[in-house]
Amino acid sequence: MRIFPKDMKEIILTIDGSKVTVPEGTTVLEAACSAGIYIPTLCSDEGLEPYGACRMCIVEIDGIKGLPTSCTTAVSDGMTVRTDTEEVNKVRRMICEMLIADHPADCLSCSSNQKCELQKVASYLGVTQQRLEKTKRESILDNSNPFFGRDLSKCILCGRCVRACREIRGVGAIDIAGRGDASHIATITDVPISESVCESCGECVDRCPVGALAVKTEILPPTREVKTLCPYCGCGCGLVLGVRGGRIVSIRGDTDNVVNRGSLCVKGRFGLDFVGAHDRLTTPLIRRNGKLEKASWAEALELVASRFREIKDKAGPDALAGFSSAKCTNEENYVFQKFMRAVLGTNNVDHCARLCHASTVAGLARAFGSGAMTNSIGEIEHADCIFVTGSNTTEAHPVIALKIKAAVQKHGASLILADPRRIDLARFAALHLRQRSGTDVALLNAMMNVIISEGLGNKDFIASRTEGFEEFKKSVEDAVPERAAEITGVPADLIRQAARMYAKAQRASIIYSMGITQHTTGTDNVLALANLAMITGNLGKESTGVNPLRGQNNVQGACDLGALPDVYPGYQKVDDPAIKKKFEDAWGGSLSEKPGLTLVEIMNAAAEKRVKGLYIMGENPMLSDPNLNHVKEALEHLEFLCVQDIFLSETAQLADVVLPAASFAEKDGTFTNTERRVQMVHKACEPPGEARQDWEIICELAARLGYAMPYRAPSGIMAEIASVTPIYAGISFDRLEENGLQWPCPDRSHPGTAVLHQAKFPCGKGKFHPTPFREAAELPDEQYPYLLTTGRYLYHFHTGTLSRRSAGLEIISPSAPFEINPGDAAREGVVEGDLVELATRRGVVRARAVLTERSPAGTIFMPFHFKEGAANMLTNDALDPVAKIPEFKVCAVRVSKLNP
Amino acid sequence: MQTNDRQAIQQIFSGYQGQRNELIPILQDVQGAVGYVPREAMTKIAHFLNIPESSVYGVVTFYAQFYLTRQGKHKIRVCQGTACHVRGGRRIMQAVEKKLGIKPGETTADYKFSLERVACFGSCALAPVMVVDGKAYGRITSQKAEKILESLN
Repeated sequence: MRIFPKDMKEIILTIDGSKVTVPEGTTVLEAACSAGIYIPTLCSDEGLEPYGACRMCIVEIDGIKGLPTSCTTAVSDGMTVRTDTEEVNKVRRMICEMLIADHPADCLSCSSNQKCELQKVASYLGVTQQRLEKTKRESILDNSNPFFGRDLSKCILCGRCVRACREIRGVGAIDIAGRGDASHIATITDVPISESVCESCGECVDRCPVGALAVKTEILPPTREVKTLCPYCGCGCGLVLGVRGGRIVSIRGDTDNVVNRGSLCVKGRFGLDFVGAHDRLTTPLIRRNGKLEKASWAEALELVASRFREIKDKAGPDALAGFSSAKCTNEENYVFQKFMRAVLGTNNVDHCARLCHASTVAGLARAFGSGAMTNSIGEIEHADCIFVTGSNTTEAHPVIALKIKAAVQKHGASLILADPRRIDLARFAALHLRQRSGTDVALLNAMMNVIISEGLGNKDFIASRTEGFEEFKKSVEDAVPERAAEITGVPADLIRQAARMYAKAQRASIIYSMGITQHTTGTDNVLALANLAMITGNLGKESTGVNPLRGQNNVQGACDLGALPDVYPGYQKVDDPAIKKKFEDAWGGSLSEKPGLTLVEIMNAAAEKRVKGLYIMGENPMLSDPNLNHVKEALEHLEFLCVQDIFLSETAQLADVVLPAASFAEKDGTFTNTERRVQMVHKACEPPGEARQDWEIICELAARLGYAMPYRAPSGIMAEIASVTPIYAGISFDRLEENGLQWPCPDRSHPGTAVLHQAKFPCGKGKFHPTPFREAAELPDEQYPYLLTTGRYLYHFHTGTLSRRSAGLEIISPSAPFEINPGDAAREGVVEGDLVELATRRGVVRARAVLTERSPAGTIFMPFHFKEGAANMLTNDALDPVAKIPEFKVCAVRVSKLNP
Repeated sequence: MQTNDRQAIQQIFSGYQGQRNELIPILQDVQGAVGYVPREAMTKIAHFLNIPESSVYGVVTFYAQFYLTRQGKHKIRVCQGTACHVRGGRRIMQAVEKKLGIKPGETTADYKFSLERVACFGSCALAPVMVVDGKAYGRITSQKAEKILESLN
């Protein structure tokens, strides 16, 4: 059902003798549906524009000639509708009979049997026999996609797939081709779907009313279904896992989930093979004589506890460190950091957020007092202007990209894209600013220079809600667009247009991600975006704000629950004596007031043997961290490394003890998505072998170290979280089943907070920070002439530990590529598919060339998912001075073609 | 597609704004310049108009006037409408098929001839009718048809 504004005029009409009241603009079909009246239909579907193709929803309406389709007829006051007359049903039966005459009707062996909507309509209309002569059609099968098959002979041309692909996904891989009885669903020139622009999201398969599109692996239906959350990115999409015999046999989007309303990307819908993978860890492993061998839980836990105790006694608690996991639940992250702090006695706990959004947390905390997405995902669709920078949203946050596309396609919003690469969103952008990587501050300062000098700022907001404006204003006085044009390569006029477009919008939303944060100027980049939102007053209102998209399913939660070296859960400072006292009272014993080391600092300390013992839960620094040669050296220098994971990852292979853990599908708990929404994760199946819940393993270790953590279930852990974490104080499992809750949620009656900073900022007034432009730490030179930038592909996730266990995803995206501009490739004598050596001052990898205009001249792009061509062998571990985030997005690289 | 075809397409685009309602005139211009609408041209048009390439294909396949393959130098159309059918249109078609060695919708290997069947030219008084490169020949016989084909080079 569409959502209408609250003040919409109400219309009263009569349907089949009953009075029905609906908002103006509702269709007759929707009105009947809301009154519980069934009208058969085949082409109408949730979220798609009315189409009127199947003619099945025809009704009689007094005063309207003929039989109008109820899906395309808007209600009007006093309308009288009859949906179930003999005349109407006679025509419907005829349409149905013609459809069936042109349909194989091989229901007994069709995978859509019982789910088929044509079957349902035929049954409702009482069409039992095939009265009309059957058409003869060749079976046209397209099995080229690894996940789903297309059988066009079963197609009824309702157009749902075409419309879903275009209207909802903004892709348009298919359309109706031909004319008359030759009409059919086609890709361009009827090539197999795998050769089209299809992104394999499966939205079309989900919406096909018959069996023309079917998931290849869904043969037997599940015996039960479990609602949970997708384990990939930070969107937080709801999943419904179908389980049969303890295994996942079907996956669909949860249409009740407020985040995704049933939509998923290829990874969520088809990429969960890893849960049932044959190489899951099933027993603990202990290194004996240099080899990892199977061991019992008692043996392994005792060894870990005794080694941690030894190191602590010998070298002090700060010789120990732990990496928590943005893939684990909130409850597990809470227990992990509590273990590090209360049991081992160190604040040396961090996780991969250091590598993605540390600069967001640092920057937004300084500007606003809180480092998270200010607004909600659903609001994006209703912004007038969306400024996306440093986010390849289509590939990294596919379902959030749908909201951006909808804002542009359905509601006419203007999209400003600032990204060096010509990413997919460029198709939807009114303006595309291709700044040189690492010059974001110069670009943003120039936009603000224009806004201030042209008087487009929001003076009331600046006066009443912010401080430090005058000093800031001086800092951008010289940042004229012409100067920025020289630095960034973006024409001055384009910078002016972008500034005006953003400033003049009623509701402008900033969306950014790692293209902003992963720089040595990451904190400045974030502060500059905060400045931009503040001078235009785009904060504290719906569809505005500064919105960092978080990378992992629960990276927001891992930060919220204190898996950071300087804060307890809820961003409470470890060096604040009152806070320390509160946690000492809650946890018992004394805690360290000394902020711990950050992730890259822990690696450096390990290399220098200051950190001797490391406990890693669900992370793979051997692929995810910058400068991998250095990471390997650091891990090898450790006296003791314990890795808790679901697979023997590149990092686990170096461990002294490996502990087998449960995957998301085998857990209860909560994840917090990028819009601060705490949602429920439900257990669908049992962990394999002896694998155990992460929180249970930590509790066992704590017990062996003499500290009782007597939790019985994740719900009890959440109760403890709520008692010590003000922003989570009102959260408990019983409140989360429907739509979850967005923090801050200070008490049990609080409905959660969709928009932050509505009346004031947590730090009182918003603070402007001048951000003078600085260059990246390493720039191209004669020796290393190209700029290397890294990022994600749609088809894989992070280090590939999960996504690369999907056979289908591996077929679509099999090996390590790098992207190079055709002009640069010609200069280097490189052609498409060439194996090329890429070298930086830190390492060398080999990868295959992809020639594309997506890469600007002089820039090479490499995804970091592939161990056989690991981008992070090349990346620079230079750090942002404030947030300690490494500069993944800029370094200098050399390209040399290998002799064949 | 050849370099000069690509240049011709760029030249055609320069006369348009990039609005989606320009699709059909652009397709007509491209076919005029290239002789048909190659796949690469459809992709270029899709990017120019910012519409899905599958939609361009949908329009191209909807209208009989657009061709997806390179056409012959001479276009032979034989009417199979009611009047021509009654007066032996089918025999004319068979004769032409035999002479050229192709079926309707096909083009000879030397790209000299393309053959099409048409439902009616509106010249029923002249039935049976064959149209060659836009010129109509009425009251035609198999022999006359063959002679006309032979006279073309």
